[in-house]
Amino acid sequence: MRVELIVNGEMRTVEIEPRVSLLDCLRERLLLTGAHAGCEHGVCGACTVLIDGAPARSCLMFAVQADGYAITTIEGVTPGPGELSPIQDAFCETHGMQCGYCTPAMILTAHALLADNPNPTRADIVDAISANICRCTGYAQIVEAIALAAERMRGLNQPARKP
Amino acid sequence: MLAAGDDARIIAGGQTLVPLMAMRLARPKRLIDIARISDLAFLRQEREGIAIGAITRQCVLERAAVVRVAVPLLAKVMPFVGHAAIRSRGTVGGSLANADPAAEIALVAVTLGATFTYRQGAASAEMPASDFFVGPMMTALPATACLTAVCFPRWRDARIGVGFHEVSARRSDFAFASAAAQVALDDDGVCRRLALGVGAVTACPMRLDTVAKALEGRRVESAVVREAVRAALADIEPLCDLHASADYRRRAATSLAVRAITDACRAAEAAHAR
Repeated sequence: MRVELIVNGEMRTVEIEPRVSLLDCLRERLLLTGAHAGCEHGVCGACTVLIDGAPARSCLMFAVQADGYAITTIEGVTPGPGELSPIQDAFCETHGMQCGYCTPAMILTAHALLADNPNPTRADIVDAISANICRCTGYAQIVEAIALAAERMRGLNQPARKP
Repeated sequence: MLAAGDDARIIAGGQTLVPLMAMRLARPKRLIDIARISDLAFLRQEREGIAIGAITRQCVLERAAVVRVAVPLLAKVMPFVGHAAIRSRGTVGGSLANADPAAEIALVAVTLGATFTYRQGAASAEMPASDFFVGPMMTALPATACLTAVCFPRWRDARIGVGFHEVSARRSDFAFASAAAQVALDDDGVCRRLALGVGAVTACPMRLDTVAKALEGRRVESAVVREAVRAALADIEPLCDLHASADYRRRAATSLAVRAITDACRAAEAAHAR
């Protein structure tokens, strides 16, 4: 089936079997390997991407179902080549990662949270990332990273950019 | 297409069905995607309550002011339905039609006595929530039917309070036991109406009418609540698995139900003070 996806702001057309998940389509057809395959049944959150700005499990959606939607992967959150988003920066600074497997999805989840709620409490942050499992158990620094990013983005004196 | 009998399943958000397929617990030959039938996506106020189209996404309910006002118990449980990333795709009808025993929306449907509407061929029919759920992941919906809408009743009482509690291994994971209560008090604090249900405890969500009967028409006292809940759950046959034994589920459900009623009463009393 022919599917048109708006991936990171760019229209991409793929010819794909209906049985292929959005995750496999992104990784294998569009070579966007930042979305990770973890449990592949919707529990771990490693495959999280943004669909029309809202976080969603790309392993639980077939690529054909995403036809016409705007999809943001971790490759799409940087402001320009070689740059990092304020959230990515904050993850680097607070060492909000160890092995890095959950990191792209954590950052996308944080982007969605801060776009909705620029001033989250610690409880809001914990609730948002409860959908993403980190087995290095680096949650403390991840929460710290998101809080730091939120503070900086508020300082920019402009609403968070919808990725 | 469903009537063709070649093992087709309906898919919308896919948040229950696709995990089942990934684990090979469901192996449909065909999937019929209804997620873009816009006639099935609605949320509207009707005389008797709130009618919700089957493919209305859970995140829409979570944010709808009309749900908070008209069906506060539903609004209360929405943050507990999966995670934000699940609610962004998961649909109301999908959660109900897949009938997971731990599903919060199903618990509210049974507790408040929602009405389900489904289409079979060209004919439309209704079914009360009490008949809809028959077992874990099993409903009374005919195999060739498609759930189209659900209507949650609105209580018109002035002082309404709700309470909800669940226990799970992780935040918003599948509950081992849950309890939902909606109560209406009169001006003197006498309980006019109570709806109480427990979820994840038995094969499908269960409404505890004997508790309502014991409490309606009197002031709610904690000793009476505890005894009524204990008696109502004494003879049930709870689910049992690796994570939670039958005894644990019964004990947890009892405590959660008492807390849910207590919270609901407190909220209803506060509604008066305002």
